Amino acid sequence: MSAVTSESPTFGRRLAGFARVLISPRGAVFLLLIVLLVAITVLNPSFADPSQLIRFVQRVAPVAIVAIGQYFVIVGGEFDLSMGSVVTAQVVIAGNLIGQNDANSIPVLLFMLAFGAFIGLVNGLIVSFLKVPSFIVTLGMMLALLGATLYWTGGAATGNPADSFRQIGRGGIRDLPVIDILPWSVVILVVVLAVAVWFARRPFGRTIIALGDNPTAARFSGTRSWWVKTSTFIISSLSATVAGVLLVGYAGVHPSVGRGYEFTAITAVVLGGVVLGGGRGWVVAAAAGAFALEALFTLLNFAGVPSTYRDAVQGAIIILAVAYAATTFRARRRGRALETSPVASTGAKGPDPNPDPAHPAPNPSTQRADNETKGGS
Amino acid sequence: MRRRFTVASAMVGALALFTLAGCTTDPNVGPATDNAAPTEEEEVEWFDQELFDKQDAERDVVPEGPEDQPWLQMINPEMVDTAQFASTGPKKACFANASISNPWRQTGWITMNQQLQVLQQAGAISEMETRDAQDSDDTQIADIDYFINEGNCDVFIISPNSTAAMTPAVERACDTGKPVIVFDRGVQTDCPVTFIHPIGGFAWGIDTAEFLIDELEEGDKVVALRILPGVDVLEQRWAAAEKLFDEAGIEAVDYFTGADPAEIKKIISDELAKGDVQGVWMDAGDGAVAAIEAFEDAGVDYPVMTGEDEMSFLRKWKETGLTGLAPVYSNFQWRTPLLAAQMIFAGQQVPKEWVLPQEPIPAEEVDQYLAANEGMPDGHYAKFGGEDLPGYPQVWQDRVIP
Repeated sequence: MSAVTSESPTFGRRLAGFARVLISPRGAVFLLLIVLLVAITVLNPSFADPSQLIRFVQRVAPVAIVAIGQYFVIVGGEFDLSMGSVVTAQVVIAGNLIGQNDANSIPVLLFMLAFGAFIGLVNGLIVSFLKVPSFIVTLGMMLALLGATLYWTGGAATGNPADSFRQIGRGGIRDLPVIDILPWSVVILVVVLAVAVWFARRPFGRTIIALGDNPTAARFSGTRSWWVKTSTFIISSLSATVAGVLLVGYAGVHPSVGRGYEFTAITAVVLGGVVLGGGRGWVVAAAAGAFALEALFTLLNFAGVPSTYRDAVQGAIIILAVAYAATTFRARRRGRALETSPVASTGAKGPDPNPDPAHPAPNPSTQRADNETKGGS
Repeated sequence: MRRRFTVASAMVGALALFTLAGCTTDPNVGPATDNAAPTEEEEVEWFDQELFDKQDAERDVVPEGPEDQPWLQMINPEMVDTAQFASTGPKKACFANASISNPWRQTGWITMNQQLQVLQQAGAISEMETRDAQDSDDTQIADIDYFINEGNCDVFIISPNSTAAMTPAVERACDTGKPVIVFDRGVQTDCPVTFIHPIGGFAWGIDTAEFLIDELEEGDKVVALRILPGVDVLEQRWAAAEKLFDEAGIEAVDYFTGADPAEIKKIISDELAKGDVQGVWMDAGDGAVAAIEAFEDAGVDYPVMTGEDEMSFLRKWKETGLTGLAPVYSNFQWRTPLLAAQMIFAGQQVPKEWVLPQEPIPAEEVDQYLAANEGMPDGHYAKFGGEDLPGYPQVWQDRVIP
């Protein structure tokens, strides 16, 4: 009996703590995702079927991988707008260079990775050394790649690559119990996510966050900022390459594949509570943002929202979600961490009109107190 | 610090806007804005009973002209006199092209260039200057005006990007007194010497819808995959099909896909998750393979399906053995404008409205067309009609865009 009574407050507190995490910016995306998935299931119960769910994960995998790549760039304080075009370019490269010849698969795959890394390197070096804002550099890269792809294809589909290559995005381990099929895309997503979490916890990963948070401080602490920054662009281009490999399998070759992915990815990252401008955010939440976004699109499909005003619904929901994340973040900035005392933070939001004199300089202790830098990543 | 938040908030706002404008996952990209009316109004807008009946009848007409040269055949022609344009010597043709941004236009463009070679050797055409408007009305208007003012053209060939927007520019070209030839999509003026096109979108819609209605039962569900709104030849295909589905009690839902295979796959997967889908209707074959693959991935039976005479669909159709029909929007029409120019300068009569035959490929003829086009790339169109042109088959197999 005593065991039960002593356990129940702990459980209650844990539940309360969990609820607080869910309404915090870091956790809000998971709450949103759960709400969306429940809503989809209500509209269409068969969605909860494990084999349907795993198909949903397969479909989201490319977007999630792109969002993971974008996370590193954004948390390092920059943007990568060229990701969608890299996806398109890689899809077209795969279609044109592999063709129906299985033997080409491995060399072309290696070439694609090298090409992806090269694009990232160029972006990173221009941003670091020519001091051009990444928004502009990657916008230019986006247009340049898109133009080159259109020139190469004339804007129409070419043939699909060999089926064996497409299996990466289309196939999987079949005849499994419960989930029926484990798509390779899902396996690749899990691996990419695991590597990303591991990488973000490494000293190098923390340096990226530190650089995004305060470049001056990072420089004084001896960071080679050009290399850290460039590496984030290489990571994002490589993740776009992986997404391209999955998409060419899932969908096939078409110059419209990958269009808009950069914005989907940035939206996903922001939905995941990652601060634009860098310095804080959790890579898992960024991936969850991608899932939430795709779940939203699926929900609109299932709800039969007419295609004519679907965009408006979509946009409104995204603005609300992002605004929520932004306001809670600001509240935390001005007051104290939301996780420790949500009441204090809501109290501090209103009556503190001019917080700057109170915090004349970036306050290192406040930064370190944040869970992201402490161990959230 | 504070400034950074202001900047960040501004970025967030900008991003949301970008997402609204640029996200591929929305099915309504681009030209949707001119045509944001709900479906019922759209139907009223695009459905034209008179044209529907005319094209319905034309499907059964035996065309006049050489049987082995369908690009010179004509349905119910009303010939006009062109003696006023008769003139000797090679002429310069100016071609204002809407775009080459889909495999159908690319195939036709290759064929047209091979036809040009023949006419150049025959001494009928000296050269053809081409401007590609890249799917933009504004660009095409500028292209036509450039041709009028500086092109030194003897004949204008125009493949309009859109119907209403291009009408004034075409009229300006007519005002020069030189012959104007319009093909594929139409304009709202009868000033061109000839307007060349296959029977049209309603005929496509009737052929495909009748096939699906025959193969399906009342209450069955058809998913209609449409490329984009606002183009008359595409809208008419759907307007006719939707009307017939409605009358036959077939449940049809339509989506705009932008021909993006990832989008098509998502749409079909979601529809299959909602319930059974017995039929797939497409307003163009681009992306048909992705639609079929979505059924394979979901592990359900193949649908009854209408695609197009694009090789990728014909091959997938043959491979899967599904019940299908390949409607045809005759690609060989790309040969006709240059041949019409030659006839006009020779003073021969041409039809005011040059209606070319347009016959779907049924299951019995698939093997024949697959064999005839062996080695052609997936984006090639079976009824391209260039078998007697120089460079066949190599030029179409290499598919280098001129």
